[in-house]
Amino acid sequence: MTIAGWRVPMMASLLVWLVLWEIVGRTGAVFLIPPVTGIVEAGIRLVQTGTWQQATFDTLRSYGLGMALAIGIGVPLGVLMGRSKPADKLLGMWVNLFVSAPLSALVPVLMILFGIGEKTVVATVFLFAVWIIALDTRAGILHVPKSLEEMGRSYLASPVQLYGKIILWAALPEILAGIRLGLIRGVKGVVIGQLLVSILGYGALFELYSRSFDMEHFWAITFMLFAAAMLLSSIVEAFEKRIEYYAGAR
Amino acid sequence: MTAMADTATLTRPAGPAAAAKPDAAVSVRGICKTYTDVEALRGIDLDIERGKLTTLLGPSGCGKTTLLKIIAGLIDQTSGEVLVNGRAVRGPGPERAFVFQDFALLPWATVMRNVAFGLELRGASKTEREEKARHYIAEVGLAGFEDKYPHELSGGMRQRVGLARALAVDADVLMLDEPFSAVDEQTRRKFQEDLIRLREVEKKTFLFVTHSIEEAVYVSDRIVLLSRRPGRISEIIEPKVDHRASPDEIRRDPHYLDTVESIWQGLRNYVE
Repeated sequence: MTIAGWRVPMMASLLVWLVLWEIVGRTGAVFLIPPVTGIVEAGIRLVQTGTWQQATFDTLRSYGLGMALAIGIGVPLGVLMGRSKPADKLLGMWVNLFVSAPLSALVPVLMILFGIGEKTVVATVFLFAVWIIALDTRAGILHVPKSLEEMGRSYLASPVQLYGKIILWAALPEILAGIRLGLIRGVKGVVIGQLLVSILGYGALFELYSRSFDMEHFWAITFMLFAAAMLLSSIVEAFEKRIEYYAGAR
Repeated sequence: MTAMADTATLTRPAGPAAAAKPDAAVSVRGICKTYTDVEALRGIDLDIERGKLTTLLGPSGCGKTTLLKIIAGLIDQTSGEVLVNGRAVRGPGPERAFVFQDFALLPWATVMRNVAFGLELRGASKTEREEKARHYIAEVGLAGFEDKYPHELSGGMRQRVGLARALAVDADVLMLDEPFSAVDEQTRRKFQEDLIRLREVEKKTFLFVTHSIEEAVYVSDRIVLLSRRPGRISEIIEPKVDHRASPDEIRRDPHYLDTVESIWQGLRNYVE
């Protein structure tokens, strides 16, 4: 983009908004919006505290466990649905229902099942992420060209080879897209889970800061979460780009 | 048509059910195939001679690809049986290799790995299979392209990879399902010439499916004409083209042209 002959760098729009935010913050008109510089300072202080480090550790652990479960169950579920018509008919309805359902409403039920603690948060991450992973995997499996499978059979691939060397690879672009969307949904899951449980990780911090109207700290961890979600998604996206060339060539 | 007298040199067996020859690589016995409500093939009896190139030719929808895939063991027949080297076929086997119409290459693998893939599936060691693959990559004229990926190759080159993969597993019978239909005309001609040369070198039984009459007459020892659905054998023709002649001479040879013409006359009542 150029304005009056000057090339405007990529992040310029973000800079404009940050300056605007800073100005509004400085006027003190809206107490919900403290100056950006204050938020950054709060963030730097926060990162050094044991509370934040413990909260980050707890959050990452719940997120990691939940995502591992979601990928470990979502991908095989999607493969099963893509390969078996009866399984697809039986499960498709539920997967499609859950992928668009407001799952936050289920978290209180999860609390009854798993207690107020980490298990509920892990279950929430899992529930948020697993369905989209299963659906995209299923789509990928259905896209695998019939001739590739016939090729595997005619060259005497065992069932393990057929999946491990042909079908899963051929479906990989869609599986990765599903995992990327799942990772983003999982971030939502971990935050909502922790907020509702409210004694763990970032949820506890959010609860603390919003209750005491400590807006600088509140925004600091919000920004950290946004940044983490975007970072995760762009890591997977970079990985997707590397294998994208063959998605079109199948 | 003054050159019509030449067709007299064509040999035409009386019926489709030719007597069993002792050296038949593939014997097809009373094959019928019915999809849920469509009868694709009816009572196919056929012997495919060892070391020869046999072509299945017919109008589209005559079931020629279905027949080929039944012989390959990729599709189950409704009734009848297929014998390869005297043994009944139950699914794919190591003595048969298939070349696919859409190439069916692994897009994430190099030419080397694609050609060696059949051997990889059989558990051959890396050095062994790469040595073999390198040989056949050179054989089909792709030396120097070992580390390229399929998307970096033209359609014709991709099909050469498919052919090299089939040659590398050292099967007795090579089955080619319309291998040139996704390839442009110039490449196709060059490919046909190479196929004839490969046949001489490899001494394998080739079974070829095509809808191109010229192609069939040009490359085949024997042409099996199938009728429209339900597919039955309507005629068996031996073109007797002298492959020692140069490709250009063959394509101008009156005998070649007359054979093409007479097959077309036989097929035209199937085509509206």
